[in-house]
Parts: sequence; structure tokens; C-alpha cells
Amino acid sequence: MMPHCAYVLRIADTSLILAQRLGEWVGHAPAIEEDLGLANVSLDLLGQARMLLSYAGELEGRGRSEDDLAYLREESEFLNATLVEQPNGDFGQTVVRQFLVDAWQLELYEQLLESKDPRLAEIAAKAVKETRYHLRYSAGWLVRLGDGTDESHARVQDALTRLWPLTGELFSTDEVDREIAQAGIGPAAEALLPGWSARVAAVFAEARLAAPVMSPFSWHGKQGRHSEHLGFVLAEMQSLHRAHPGATW
Amino acid sequence: MVAAAAPIGAEPPPALLAKLRLILAGVPDPEIPVLSVLDLGVVRHLRERADGTIEVGVSPTYSGCPATPVIKADIVQALTHDGFRAVTVDVLSPPWTSDWISEEGRRKLVEFGIAPPAQAVTSPRQLLQPDLAIACPRCNSTDTKKQSEFGSTPCKSLYRCESCLEPFDYFKCI
Repeated sequence: MMPHCAYVLRIADTSLILAQRLGEWVGHAPAIEEDLGLANVSLDLLGQARMLLSYAGELEGRGRSEDDLAYLREESEFLNATLVEQPNGDFGQTVVRQFLVDAWQLELYEQLLESKDPRLAEIAAKAVKETRYHLRYSAGWLVRLGDGTDESHARVQDALTRLWPLTGELFSTDEVDREIAQAGIGPAAEALLPGWSARVAAVFAEARLAAPVMSPFSWHGKQGRHSEHLGFVLAEMQSLHRAHPGATW
Repeated sequence: MVAAAAPIGAEPPPALLAKLRLILAGVPDPEIPVLSVLDLGVVRHLRERADGTIEVGVSPTYSGCPATPVIKADIVQALTHDGFRAVTVDVLSPPWTSDWISEEGRRKLVEFGIAPPAQAVTSPRQLLQPDLAIACPRCNSTDTKKQSEFGSTPCKSLYRCESCLEPFDYFKCI
């Protein structure tokens, strides 16, 4: 697959899988406001994923639509970051995962505004505004839980310790990233680290959370090598379309 | 979802344009039905193609807003009903902003019980700044409190007025 298409798919799949995970909360969130909040963030991410998947299909040039790419690819063909396929856990763990991804997406979309690919810059200009609201939501909850009771603090600190090793992948530059950066299409993965680190550190301080040390181990979801969780996400997400090909609402 | 580059069409003559705008003024937003699609500012252009088809450029408010396909279908239906051949095309750039809600639209929002966007979005960066005081659409008190970043739709936050104690939606700046 050409690097340009793989790069767009990585961003698209990360949004799509996170949207699917957040959708699992509908009807189960701790309060009606959070049910609505998580569903609304999920919808935005799904909308962003659709624009990106359609574009990836065009770049690929094999006539595949957004639906073909979302519903008919196998696990190893998904290029999302491993972090977003992790189970929701409790509300605190979902907030931690969301915060880490929101801060990364914000940095990514801000840098993509300067992309030499006008289509990607357009999508980023739309997405960046929505992502700021996502970050306000997740950062607000992280501070409330981290700086809340002993119980809420312990739960989000545990979630942070568990999820932190998965963030390394977001900033590890591989061959695709290098070609993309050289062509001026997007930032190299590592170029997002300084902005992201500063943003998350400021919120951790307010939330009284300790950032774990970055682990040298890295996942490779963006190269199609996933944790055991993605298969289950896809089984649910794709089952209807595979049973009833081309089904529409 | 993203349409290919729109075929070039011409700006319709003034009389036709006025007629088209009158029809579109009668097409409500499906989620905030007091606003027409013109009040909401999602109609970005009206063009007449060489074959007489009316092309309506539509900007989605939020990427995932489920109202967008309904809005596009309603626009085509309203124009078809009045004897036009019509299509919509997606306009992604520049992205829709709450600044495009008309003055008339802002007035209708307040009447409907929704606080309109508090400020112009000169720089999207200000979305990360602290909130301005939002006035209650019922009693106009600014002693209000945000309950949640997201309300019944992605474009709104949930507030409560501490003076009259009523909850209300606030249309966010974006």
C-alpha cells in the first residue's frame, strides 16, 4: 500500500475504532449527561472517520467505499493505534484513554492544517474544532476524578499506569511517517510528542496525577499488529454488514 | 460522504435567487426546527447549472451530525416540490462556524429557549479558553452554570440557571 493511503487510514481507523468503543457506553454511562457526552464525541469521531475513509478509498484507487473499508477489512488490515482498541474499563479508564487520544489528535490536526495535501488540510480544519471540545470534556473529567476522592484518584491513576505504555506507538516514526513528512503531507509521529507532552503534563498537574515513565516497548497497531482486543471490536462492528451485505438503515 | 469537485454553475438571476431563498427559508433544521437552513448558515451557495439543475452547497455543522443527510434530503424535496430539479453538494472548506448563524436565527434560538453562541469565533484557539458568562434565555440572568460539555446534540452544552433554576441548552461557539 502506498504510504499516503496508509497514513490516511491510520488516522481514519484510530477515529473509527475509538468511536465504536465509545458507542459501547450508550445506555450504560454513569449519568445521562455522560451518556450524551460520550455518544456525541463518538459521533464526531465517526464523522471524521467517514471523511478520512472515503479519501483513503480514493487514494487506494481500487474503488473501495468508506463502508467497504470499515466493514470488510480483516483485523491485520486495520491501522489504528493500539491504544484506542483497549476495553473501556470503568468510566475513569475511558476518560484516561479519551484524554490521551484527544490531546494527540489535537496536536495532529493542528499540524495537518499546514499539510500540502489540501484534502487532508480541509478535513483537519473541520476536525480540529471538534477535537478541542472533546479535549475540554475529557480533561475536565480527568481533573475532577484525579483531584476527587481517594477512590476516584486511585482508579484514574491505575488506568493511566495501565494505558501509558500504549502511548509510545503514537510517537514512533516508521517508514510511512518518514515518507509522509518528507512529502510535506503530515508531521512525523515524533514531531507530535513535545506539544502532546506539554499539554498532558499541565492537566496531570491539575489532576494530581503522576505520569508514568515512558516504556521502551512499543505496540505496532498502525502497522496492523494489534492487541487481542481488536478482533472482538470488529466482530461486533462488522457482523451486521457481513450478514447482510450492503444493508442500509 | 465527501463529494467530488462540484461542476461549475452560475449564480442564478436575482428573481430566481429570491425565489430559491424563499423556498429554503421554509426548510427547517430537523433538530432545532425553529431555525431554517438559511438561519443556520449551512447553505453556502446556490448555483444554476447549464441544464437548469439547481445546485445547493451545504456545509455540515459537525462531522458526525446525523441531521446533515436529513437537511440535504429536505432541501432537495422542497425544491423539487416547487418544480425545480435540485442537487446538493458538500462544502467542507471553510468549515462551518457558529458565526454563520444569522441575527434572525440568534433571536429565534432565544425565543425557543436555547442560548445562542456567546462570541464570534475569530480564532478557534479560544475554544480552549475559560467560558464566558452565558445568559439564561428565559430570565436573562448570567448567574448560570454549565452542567455538561454536551447537550442533546453535539452543537450544544447543557446549562442551568441559578436564578430561575431552569435547565437550558447553550449553542456552542465553534
